[in-house]
Amino acid sequence: MAVKTYIEAVRDALREEMERDSSVFVLGEDVGVRGGVFRATVGLIEQFGPERVLDAPLAESAIVGVAIGASLYGMRPVAEIQFADFILPAVNQIISEAAKMRYRSNNDWYCPLVIRAPYGGGVHGALYHSQSVEALFYHVPGLKVVAPATPYDVKGLLKSAIRDDDPVLFFEHKKCYRSIKGEVPEEDYVVPIGRARVAREGTDITVISYGMTLHTALEAAAEVEKEGISAHVLDLRTLRPLDEAAILEAADKTGKVMIIHEDNKVGGVGAEVSALIAEKALFSLDAPVMRLAGPEIPAMPFNRELEKSYLVTAPRIAEAMRELARF
Amino acid sequence: MRNRHEALGLSGEDLLAMYRVMLTARRVDERMWVLNRAGKIPFVISCQGHEGAQVGAAFALDRQKDYVLPYYRDVAVVLAFGQTPRDLLLAAHAKAEDPNSGGRQMPNHFGSRKHRIVSGSSPVSTQIPHAAGIALAARMRGDDVVAYVSFGEGSSNQGDFHEGLNFAAVHRLPVVFFCQNNGYAISVPTSKELATPSVADRAAGYGIPGVVVDGSDVLGVYHAVKTAVERARRGDGPTLVEAMTVRLTPHSSDDDDRTYRTKEELEDARRRDPLPQFAEYLIASGVADEDTLRALDHEVRAEVDEATAYAEQARDPDPADVLRFVYREA
Repeated sequence: MAVKTYIEAVRDALREEMERDSSVFVLGEDVGVRGGVFRATVGLIEQFGPERVLDAPLAESAIVGVAIGASLYGMRPVAEIQFADFILPAVNQIISEAAKMRYRSNNDWYCPLVIRAPYGGGVHGALYHSQSVEALFYHVPGLKVVAPATPYDVKGLLKSAIRDDDPVLFFEHKKCYRSIKGEVPEEDYVVPIGRARVAREGTDITVISYGMTLHTALEAAAEVEKEGISAHVLDLRTLRPLDEAAILEAADKTGKVMIIHEDNKVGGVGAEVSALIAEKALFSLDAPVMRLAGPEIPAMPFNRELEKSYLVTAPRIAEAMRELARF
Repeated sequence: MRNRHEALGLSGEDLLAMYRVMLTARRVDERMWVLNRAGKIPFVISCQGHEGAQVGAAFALDRQKDYVLPYYRDVAVVLAFGQTPRDLLLAAHAKAEDPNSGGRQMPNHFGSRKHRIVSGSSPVSTQIPHAAGIALAARMRGDDVVAYVSFGEGSSNQGDFHEGLNFAAVHRLPVVFFCQNNGYAISVPTSKELATPSVADRAAGYGIPGVVVDGSDVLGVYHAVKTAVERARRGDGPTLVEAMTVRLTPHSSDDDDRTYRTKEELEDARRRDPLPQFAEYLIASGVADEDTLRALDHEVRAEVDEATAYAEQARDPDPADVLRFVYREA
């Protein structure tokens, strides 16, 4: 099996889906001739032409709104928002329109639409090129929200998202793009939306995460393993719908749960996961649920030291793991 | 005068069909207000005064294949595209059979796939980029389809208006942008909405034609929209048509327009009512006589009575259905 980067897996999924189904097309700023500012769509315009790889005007609401219209006609658009930070002008289209189309029309109209958005920090992107905005959308029924951590999952989940008959927000962590590599099958396969994955088996503490912090958590788990602490790590992969069964099973496994994400803490995905555990698995717990997340500041600053102090680093996670194991 | 419709390629029969839709829209709308004031339906938002513009536009489209993305006043457009008084009254009563939403949305949030009426929401202008997307997709598929999208002049201040026009113009998409300018965004007059004399002036900023037309002149609107549709079908891109209409009612049943416009102003608007104007043309051009129009009115009233009775007795949605269709069901 070939070893590929996270961003190569994005590209493979797009190319293979466009080859498979002529109704799949991509649109966004710089996705065509430039191949995307991160180069996710490089080569697609040469293969499929400018009709199916559209360089759109710089207007996020139109990118999503046009994609919605095309999806209503039976196409399967994949819209790229260049940075998740810039998705906010399109929020009305996403929440008022795409998310509600099936419900408001009583199942008459629906939006088979994917919105790809690179998110997250640790890449010297400062406030407006580093944000995690997934919690804004995981609150919204009618949307599906996916945030893969590995190249294998990127390819399989993006294919599922494109084939899904409902709108899917596909969040790609920018730091993962080139730093995370993994085995990716050449052939066609899908990873179902809505299922978490055990990233590491363990017996002492349970760690739940997604995206880049999943890898940081695995790094910390390897560190504390040397000290005899065995961490069980669950990768959520999909944030809406959350895989409730997998979360409860993972909580039950060790009775000690830690949730980690880069997004800030209040009202984040971790709050929902811990509430779910409190509602449905309280008596499995041997310790209070612990959350490790970004601080309550508007966004990640530019300066290297300030950025580092925002991030949930492996040493910080390892320290929290020791604390939880001792409880 | 006799030759005006013939010059546009319209027969007497076409004109009677257009008049019938206008009249039906008016009678349905009037019935809604009666039902609302009687406490039978919670909300009305009106098309009165806009019927001429709407019928002129709708009949300029191909009602067998084109797509419409109407806004909340487009009662005559959805009637022209196949909805019935019964459908409209079912929606007003929010019954299970409401074809737009099964009783989920407020009235006049139109939508029905079989009639190619695209589902709409309440935030204004969101449907404008959708129209560009429909037109883009149709062209990608090689289908000869024009997308009609309408909105009020108030909506032309939203970002989605500008983003949608720009996208469609850049890609020369077959879209007709149809602004129904009645002079008010609820209570805010155009003098506080626009710094340009008209919404159509904005078309120049996107490199497309902008046309102003008297919205009470059915044939004038038909001509303007027909020209825009032909341009779209030729592959020459979108047009912005602005119909200057009148709003003969308050914005909605929850509004009181006496707080912001004078009696004289409203009387002046009534003099521009498209319905009697078109009736007058039909008679003057010899297409119909007064007896024909009276008989037609009786017919339409009977249809609206039947629709009212049907909708009132129709069943409500099943409460358990509140949970359905958030996502595709297996």
